[in-house]
Amino acid sequence: MTKKQLALVIDLNVCVGCHACVTSCKEWNTSGWAGPLPDVNPYGADPNGVFFNRVQTYECGTFPNTETIHFPKSCLHCEEPPCVPVCPTGASYKRDEDGIVLVDYDKCIGCKYCSWSCPYGAREFDPVQGVMKKCTLCVDRIYDQTIEAERRKPACVLACPAGARIFGDINDPESEAARAIRDNGGFPLMPEWGTRPANHYLPRRKTTTTLHPDQLTRVDNPLKAEGETPRPAFTTPTIDGVSSW
Amino acid sequence: MKPAFSVIFLTTLIGAAQGLLIALTAGQMYAGGQSGGFFALGAALALALLCLGLVASVFHLANPQRGWRAAARWRTSWLSREVILIPALSALAFLYAVIHAFGWAPVLVRLGNGAAIDLPLALGLLTTLASLALFVCTGMIYACVRFIRQWASGWTVVNYLLMGLASGFTLAAAYARLQDSLLSGFMSGAAVWLTLLALAARAFQLWRNTTGAPCSTLKSAIGVHHAQIRQITQGFMGSSFNTVEFTAPGGAETVRGLSAFFLAVGFVAPVALLLAGMPVLAFLCQYVGLLAERWVFFADADHVQNLYYQAKG
Repeated sequence: MTKKQLALVIDLNVCVGCHACVTSCKEWNTSGWAGPLPDVNPYGADPNGVFFNRVQTYECGTFPNTETIHFPKSCLHCEEPPCVPVCPTGASYKRDEDGIVLVDYDKCIGCKYCSWSCPYGAREFDPVQGVMKKCTLCVDRIYDQTIEAERRKPACVLACPAGARIFGDINDPESEAARAIRDNGGFPLMPEWGTRPANHYLPRRKTTTTLHPDQLTRVDNPLKAEGETPRPAFTTPTIDGVSSW
Repeated sequence: MKPAFSVIFLTTLIGAAQGLLIALTAGQMYAGGQSGGFFALGAALALALLCLGLVASVFHLANPQRGWRAAARWRTSWLSREVILIPALSALAFLYAVIHAFGWAPVLVRLGNGAAIDLPLALGLLTTLASLALFVCTGMIYACVRFIRQWASGWTVVNYLLMGLASGFTLAAAYARLQDSLLSGFMSGAAVWLTLLALAARAFQLWRNTTGAPCSTLKSAIGVHHAQIRQITQGFMGSSFNTVEFTAPGGAETVRGLSAFFLAVGFVAPVALLLAGMPVLAFLCQYVGLLAERWVFFADADHVQNLYYQAKG
C-alpha cells in the first residue's frame, strides 16, 4: 500500500477567482497554530503581508479570442520536496503519516534557504517571528476531534463557494481527490523539476452543445403555435366559473 | 535575487581568509619548510577574517540564537556543511598560528627521499584541505539551487574557488610586502596568475548566463497549453516576500554597470597594481571589486518562481 498523501485538487474549470479561499485561509491560520500571518504597513501605499494561498489571474490568447484563468496557488506538498533536504536545521520536514510538508517554528533560524529551493514560490517569510511559513493544509483543523467530522477540512476548501477545491488522500484510489485526478485529467505544476507535487489541478474544459434548426421549434407545444396564447374574452366560461384569468 | 549584504561580506571575507591560508601553506613549502612569526601573524589575520565573516553571517539569520541548530543536517544540506566547516577551519587556523608562533616543529613522518613532514607543514596541508572543502561547500550552496539557472552549474563552485584564491594570494602579497618578507615576489606572481584565471572563469560564466534559455515557462507553471499566456494579476496589489526576496533593486541596467565595474576593479586593476608593485592597494581594490561581483552574482540570478509574480494588481 502506498503512503498516505493528503493534498488539494483544484478545478481550474470551476474557480471564479473570488479570493474567498485566500481570506478564509488567512483568517484561520493567522489565529491558529501557524499564526500570526503578519501584515507590514497594511493600510499604507505598499502593503506587504504573509499569505499561504494566493489567487492569480492569467489570460490566454489575443483579444477578442481570450480566455481568463483564475489560478489559486499554495504549497503543493511535493512528494519529493526540494525545500526539505536543504534546510540546515531540519526545521523543514515532510510528515511520514500524511505527507504534509511543515516547518518547525522552534527550529527555524530564518535563513530563507528553503524558499530559494522552491520553484513555486510557495513559502513566505514571517518578518515578525523571523521564521519561514507556508501552507499547513490546516493541520490544526483536519485532525481536530472537537470539530464535526465533515468540517475537518482545510479552511480554503470549506470557503470555496464554487466547490473548486477537493481535499483528500491522492494515494487512496477510492478518495474523491484521487478519483477527480484520474477522471478529469488532473495534472501537477512544473513536472519537469521532478518534485512530484501532491496538489493537482484539473484543466479547463470547454462545454459545447450542438443545436439543429428543428430543435428551435417546440414540436410538443400543446397550442401548436409559438408565442403567447390569445387572452380569452371576459365572458368565456371557465372550469371553476369564477375567473377566466 | 535580492543581494543580502550579510552574505556578500561573509563569502568575500571567508574567501580571502581561505585563500590566505592556502597561500601561507604554499609559501611555507616554497620557502622550504620555513616557520615563524610571519606565518603565525598571517594565520591570525586569516582567523580574524573568518571571525568577521561569521559575524556578518549572523546578520543573515532572523533567529541567530538558534544558529547552532544549523549544524544538524550536514548529511543533506550544503549550508549545514558550511556551518560546520567555518568553525573547524577557524580552529585549524588558530592551531596553525599558535604552532608557528611557538616554533614547534617536531618531525612527524620522514619520506623515502629524505624529506620530512613536520607539524607546521602537516597542519598547513590540513588547513589547505579544509579551505578547499569550504570553497566547495560555499559554491555548492548556490550551485545546488536548481531553480536559478545562473547558479546551477559547476562554474559557480569554480568561481568561488578561483576568486577566493585570487583575493587570498593578493592579500598574502600585500601582507608579505608589509612584513618585508622574501615571499613577496612569489605571492605577487601567484596572485597575478590566479586573478587572471578567475577573470577568465567569471567572464565565461557571465557570458554563459546571458545566452542560456530559461528552463520553465508559464505553460508548465500553470499547466495551460497555450502559446500566449500572460499574467493579469499576481493576486495582490502590494508586495510580498516573493516579490522582494527574488528581485534585485536597480534592474538590468545596474547589473550591467556593476558587471563592467567588477571586471575592471576586481580583476584588471589589481593585476595592474600587482605588476606595478603595489600589492596593498591591489588587495583593497580587488576586495571592493569582489563586493560588487557578489552583488551582481545575486542580482543577476533569476529564480523560476518569478514566473508567478509578474503583474501587480
